[in-house]
Amino acid sequence: MSLAQHLPALQVVIPLLAAPMTVLLRQRTLAFAVALLASWAAFAIAIALWLQVDASGTISYAIGSWPAPWGIEYRVDRLSSFMLVLVSGIAALVLPYCRRSIEDEVPQRQHYLFYTMFVLCLTGLLGISITGDAFNIFVFLEVSSLSTYVLIALGRDRRALVASYQYLIMGTIGATFIVIGIGLLYLMTGTLNLVDMGQRLAAVQGTRPVLAALAFLTVGISLKLALFPLHQWLPNAYTYAPSAVSAFLAATATKVAVYVLLRFYFSVFGQSQVFDQLPMQQAMLLLALAGMFAASATAIFQSDLKRLFAYSSVGQIGYIILGLSFDSTTGLTATILHLFNHGITKGAIFMLLGLVALVMGGTSLSRIQGLGKRMPLTSLGMVICGLSLIGVPGTAGFISKWYLLLAALEQGQWWLVFLILLSSLLAVAYVWRFVEAAYFREPREDLDAKATVPWSMALPAALLVAATVYFGLSTAFTVGSASQAATFLMGVR
Amino acid sequence: MNTTMTLGGHFTYFITIFLMIAGLFIVIARGNLIKKLIGLGIFQTSVYLLYIAPGKLVGGTAPILSDAFSVYSSPLPHVLILTAIVVGVATLALGLALVVRIREAYDSIEEDEILNMDAVPSRQEQA
Repeated sequence: MSLAQHLPALQVVIPLLAAPMTVLLRQRTLAFAVALLASWAAFAIAIALWLQVDASGTISYAIGSWPAPWGIEYRVDRLSSFMLVLVSGIAALVLPYCRRSIEDEVPQRQHYLFYTMFVLCLTGLLGISITGDAFNIFVFLEVSSLSTYVLIALGRDRRALVASYQYLIMGTIGATFIVIGIGLLYLMTGTLNLVDMGQRLAAVQGTRPVLAALAFLTVGISLKLALFPLHQWLPNAYTYAPSAVSAFLAATATKVAVYVLLRFYFSVFGQSQVFDQLPMQQAMLLLALAGMFAASATAIFQSDLKRLFAYSSVGQIGYIILGLSFDSTTGLTATILHLFNHGITKGAIFMLLGLVALVMGGTSLSRIQGLGKRMPLTSLGMVICGLSLIGVPGTAGFISKWYLLLAALEQGQWWLVFLILLSSLLAVAYVWRFVEAAYFREPREDLDAKATVPWSMALPAALLVAATVYFGLSTAFTVGSASQAATFLMGVR
Repeated sequence: MNTTMTLGGHFTYFITIFLMIAGLFIVIARGNLIKKLIGLGIFQTSVYLLYIAPGKLVGGTAPILSDAFSVYSSPLPHVLILTAIVVGVATLALGLALVVRIREAYDSIEEDEILNMDAVPSRQEQA
C-alpha cells in the first residue's frame, strides 16, 4: 500500500538513481543490467499508474509532502499516464536492442556511459510527462536534452558531433524561450503550479505579458518538437546518431515536446485564451500544412534511409499539430492518437534501420539494393511500417489519420481532407523509394553481409512492428485513452 | 517626471531585453563555434535577470520573520535561477566539450569551413 502511494515519485526516481549506478559500476554488462531493470521497472510503474488513473481518476502526489501549490506536485492525469506508457514502453524495448546495436557503433569503453545517458534521457522525458510544476518541466527538459546531445555525439560519423552541436544551440535557445515564457507567467500569477497557474491566469487574461509568454512558449516548444520551419536540427541529429538512439528519440523526444505544448495550451492557458486572442489556430494550421508537404517532399529526394525517415518525421509532426489546430475534441484525439501511433511506427522503422546498418554497413539507398532477398523479414517489417506512415487501413497510422479526417469533416473543411490525402501520396512516394530499392533491384555483389541478424535486436523491432499492426486493428487502448485525454483537456477550460 | 520614473522602473527590463537580443544576435551572426556558445551564455544570463529583478522589493529584506520588518523580498526566484545557472553551466560545459571534439575531428572551429569539409565527401558517398 505504502509503496503504491509513491509510484509517481518512483516513476522518475528509479531511472534517475540508475544513472549514477551505471557510472559507478563502470562495467558495461552490469551497467546494461541496471539500465534494463530500471527501464522495465519504469514501464511496469507506468502501466500501474495508467490502470490507477483509469480506475480512479487523476493522481496528485506532493513531493516531500509539501502540498501544492507551494511544493512541487507530480500530477498523473489521463494524458500524462498515456505519455508515461508510451515513453517507458519504448525505452523498455529499445534498451535490450541497444546492447548489440552499440557494439559496432560506440567505442567499448564508453558503453557504460551510453547507458548512463540513456537512463538520464528517460528520466527527463518521464519527468516532463509527470510533473505538475512549470519550472520542473524546464529542469527535466534540460536533463533529457543534455543527455540527448551526448547520445547523438556518440555516433560513429564525425558529422554526429556537428549535428549534436547544432542541436545543442537550437535546443538551448528553445529551452531558454520556454523559461522566458514560464518566467513571464510566474511574474503575472505568482505561482509555478500548472493547475494553480491556469486558474489564476483568468484574472490577468489578455494582458501583454501573458500574450508574450504564450508566444515565447509556442516558439520554444515548437523548436523542441521540430515544427516545420524550426526543424533544421532534426534530420542531421537522427541521421548521425547511433541507431538505437535514433529509434528512441524518434519515438519519444518530439512526442514529449508535443505533450508540453498540449499541457500549456489546454491546461494552463485554457484553449479559449490561446485560440481567441492570437491567431494561433491559423498559424498552427499553416505551419502544420507546410511541414506536411515541404518535409515529406524533401524526404522523397534523400539518398539515405535514416535521413529520409527523419524528414518524414517532420512531416508527420505536421499531422500531429494539424489535429491540435482544429480546437475540437476530435482533433485533439487525432493529435494524441498520432503521437502514439507515429511514435511506435517510427521507433520500429529506426530499429529496423539499425538492423540494416548492422548487416549491410549503412543505410544509403544504393547500399540496400535487393534487401528484400537478403533480409526478407526486415524488409517486410519496413514495408508494414511504411504502410502505417502512409495510413493504409490495418495499420496504426490509418487510425490516427482517420480521426484527423473526421475532425476536418466535423468542421466542414473539405479542402483539408483533400490536402491530408494529397500529402499521404507524398508518403507513398518516399516509402516507394525504399520498396523499389529493396525489391526491384538485384543485391549488389560487392557488398557482403557483415553480420547475421541478432535476436536481441530483431525481437524488440519485431514487437514494435507487431504493435503497429495490433494498434491498427484493436483500438480499444489507444482510441480509448486518447479520446478520454482529449475530453479531459477540453474540459479544463 | 512620469517618463523618467517609467524609465527608471523599467530599467532592469531594458537591460534584460538588451542582453537577450545581443546574445541571440551573437548566436545567429557568428560562425565561430565558441563565440556562438558565448552568445548563448549571454542569452541565458538575460533570463536570470528577468526572474530575479522583479523578486526584489524596494525596502524589502531577506524573508526571515522578524517584528522589525514587514516587507520581504521573494526568495523563490533566486532558488529557481540557481537551478537555471547550474543548467546553463552544464550546457556551456557540454557545448565546449563538443567543440573540442569537433576541433579534433575537423581541425577547425569555424562553422562554414566545417560544413564545407563535409559537403564534399558526402557527395562522393552517394555516387
